[in-house]
Amino acid sequence: MNLTLKIWRQNGSSDRGRMVTYEVQDVSPDMSFLEMLDVLNERLILEGDDPVAFDHDCREGICGMCGMVINGVAHGEQRATTTCQLHMRHFEDGATVTIEPWRAAPFPVVKDLVVDRSAFDRIIQAGGFISVPAGSAPDAHAVPVPKDDADAAFDAATCIGCGACVAACPNGSASLFTAAKITHLGLLPQGQPERASRAKAMVEQMDAEGFGGCTNTGECTAVCPKGIPLDAIARMNADYIKTAAK
Amino acid sequence: MTLSWTVGEPIKDTKAPSGPIEERWDTRRFQAKLVNPANKRKLTVIVVGTGLAGGSAAATLGELGYKVKSFCYQDSPRRAHSIAAQGGINAAKNYRGDGDSVYRLFYDTVKGGDFRARESNVYRLAQVSVNIIDQAVAQGVPFAREYGGLLDTRSFGGAQVSRTFYARGQTGQQLLLGAYQALERQIAAGTVEMHTRHEMLEVIVSGGRARGIVVRDLVTGEIEKHLADAVVLATGGYGNVFFLSTNAKGCNTTAIWRAHQKGAMFANPCYTQIHPTCIPVSGEYQSKLTLMSESLRNDGRVWVPQRTGDDRTPADIPEDERDYYLERIYPAFGNLVPRDIASRAAKNVCDEGRGVGPGGLGVYLDFADAIARLGRDAVEKKYGNLFEMYERITGENPYETPMRIYPAVHYTMGGLWVDYDLQSTVPGLFVIGEANFSDHGANRLGASALMQGLADGYFVLPTTVGDYLAGSKTFGDVDQADVAAAEAAVQQKIERLLSVDGTRTADSFHRELGRLMWDYCGMERTDESLRKALERIPELREEFWNNVKVPGEGEGLNQALERAGRVADFFDLAELMCLDALHRTESCGGHFRAESQDEDGEALRDDEHFAYVAAWEWSPEGPVLHKEELEYEYVKMTQRSYK
Repeated sequence: MNLTLKIWRQNGSSDRGRMVTYEVQDVSPDMSFLEMLDVLNERLILEGDDPVAFDHDCREGICGMCGMVINGVAHGEQRATTTCQLHMRHFEDGATVTIEPWRAAPFPVVKDLVVDRSAFDRIIQAGGFISVPAGSAPDAHAVPVPKDDADAAFDAATCIGCGACVAACPNGSASLFTAAKITHLGLLPQGQPERASRAKAMVEQMDAEGFGGCTNTGECTAVCPKGIPLDAIARMNADYIKTAAK
Repeated sequence: MTLSWTVGEPIKDTKAPSGPIEERWDTRRFQAKLVNPANKRKLTVIVVGTGLAGGSAAATLGELGYKVKSFCYQDSPRRAHSIAAQGGINAAKNYRGDGDSVYRLFYDTVKGGDFRARESNVYRLAQVSVNIIDQAVAQGVPFAREYGGLLDTRSFGGAQVSRTFYARGQTGQQLLLGAYQALERQIAAGTVEMHTRHEMLEVIVSGGRARGIVVRDLVTGEIEKHLADAVVLATGGYGNVFFLSTNAKGCNTTAIWRAHQKGAMFANPCYTQIHPTCIPVSGEYQSKLTLMSESLRNDGRVWVPQRTGDDRTPADIPEDERDYYLERIYPAFGNLVPRDIASRAAKNVCDEGRGVGPGGLGVYLDFADAIARLGRDAVEKKYGNLFEMYERITGENPYETPMRIYPAVHYTMGGLWVDYDLQSTVPGLFVIGEANFSDHGANRLGASALMQGLADGYFVLPTTVGDYLAGSKTFGDVDQADVAAAEAAVQQKIERLLSVDGTRTADSFHRELGRLMWDYCGMERTDESLRKALERIPELREEFWNNVKVPGEGEGLNQALERAGRVADFFDLAELMCLDALHRTESCGGHFRAESQDEDGEALRDDEHFAYVAAWEWSPEGPVLHKEELEYEYVKMTQRSYK
């Protein structure tokens, strides 16, 4: 099939950026979205043009490195799917496809579709861990964990840190990302000693990075490739209010 | 022209203590010199790579008080490809009381490695495995649990005990996030300085010791030098030499190859693991391959049409015109033969022209019988998520039409040679995780990669690197001429790549190299195929250096330049892999030489001539082979059989 691509091109954070139109021919429906861009880039290189920069690595939906806003939707319209797992058979022959980077002030554009998500790492640095130096752990069976708690913790822990939640949120909030980690660790007995300080520090860091507040629109969970549930944010708020009230 | 090579002096691991095997690690830990806590903060350790090995090592060294500098090419340390590991992690906890023990895990790993791994290393790995689970649980890794709240386990990879801990199909992700969070905690504490989007391009060796690295800031393009008292490489495997593999796109050999050219010997480069159940290539544009859990072979039946070139849809091929070849050739094990055998059998039927799907490189994995026998619901319960993943990628519904599968490169057992302390032949250069060669011999067992990465990073390296650093007073100053030379080499290579301005992209060369390696140094290797590869690789490399087109410049983000640099190193590695495969005329584990098989087509080892580690030294005149003889005091060498 043939497609018209409108791709955001921006040469560094100080460049204003613009949409550039490319025609691509003979796209196979079995190609992944990123493979379609690979083919375009191979052509651009040989034509002496600058290939489109985009982040990607595992290409199996787990590393969280890829992410583009496709036709206005973070990771495209296919639900629970990362950009790398999106395939061209979901597009119509002759269609026009717009491709943009995550847009949020705390995610400055590095180049084209590549953004800087280091704010996420700093939120984790603020408290997204359990303090246990190597070698100091008790036997793994010393503390049983109810299966339901372990399963719920796992559901929250599947977050891949891709940033789609931020890109989709009208407020540019990182609440779903932050809440996923607070929920994961806060549900486990091992996470209790630092539960209050963790929620406080992570929420404050999230605010300091310039992410917006949550107004429960739910766009985040709709685009989340791992389907992190919205009630994680309620848990985060509950933990945060408890510490703030102290 | 075939690469010429010579045989040098034998090499020996001088760090493993003698004495009863169960006491060796304790002995070594006691013998290891300690660094005064006040001095640790004056000592800098560089760790390259942030996967399970590198992430856990950097975090632990930070906790101990060293000044750590950590590097990764991704935008965050959480992206490293350990994250994609599905199955689980082995540990000799014996929580099931089913007869497991440290000794049994040790025994299984040595045997599974087809008697090409060191006993001392493997025993330590099995010992430390129990601490890994404790550590991970304390960090909040949400392993699967039973209703009583205790940890669940499963049996994996043909093991007769249930010792694999897992977190659904995302065990690697959860363990990596545990290590990543520990690392971020140390970054916040100021003990670890993190450099994301930085790629290591050279080791700085001065006064005979590794004293730093040269990196390229992938965002600005700036070439930077970082000095240290010790350098740790945790940069993963080199499966992407085949272009198509289950590795992440960015996985590469550059870090270990540069170290190799600076004096670190490369051990057993030809040992690669090929996984039988991956989603096949769908077209020329294919960029990577995706693994499907091997558990599918428990209920799926593997077949191809009997007739060559039969292009009917599977539903139109009647039962008596199908060849269920695994059941036919291996009546006892049938569809459950080990990975390497299943992979080779698939290759053979495709070579005969009976493969299915695009390019004829695929075989059917059919669940029709299982659905008829167990019902669709039962099949869905067992394999629902895998079927969904398959449908997402191929657009075909495996409940209605058979899956197509084909083998793919998955893991590399070879890597830089290290001693018991995980130190390479360059003093001060340590190598951990998949990047070293140490624990898996010629074949890695399922759920053992995560175990090894974390054993190295959390428990082994932090002890042994201390022993090395205790002698830091004698290291002396870094010679600035050595630093300048390393920087200049990096700069020159970048300029050379940019100046060729030819007519082919780096990816097109990589694709061709990968195809060549797959055909001639893949699942089955022969004297003839390897000689062909050794003739073709230098030609292709020459064409690369004369005709590659790398757009843009050295400054700023230039992903095409990054790729071109990696491809250049893959050429050199590919050559050494083929040479190693050529010299090892036996079959063992993942290395199958067609000339060395028994009457059943099984890999036939030649213990008399090849019970050694092949450690290759780089030299401008050609590789020099140093043999490390392997001795088995505890596990008796036997031949595998699956009939």
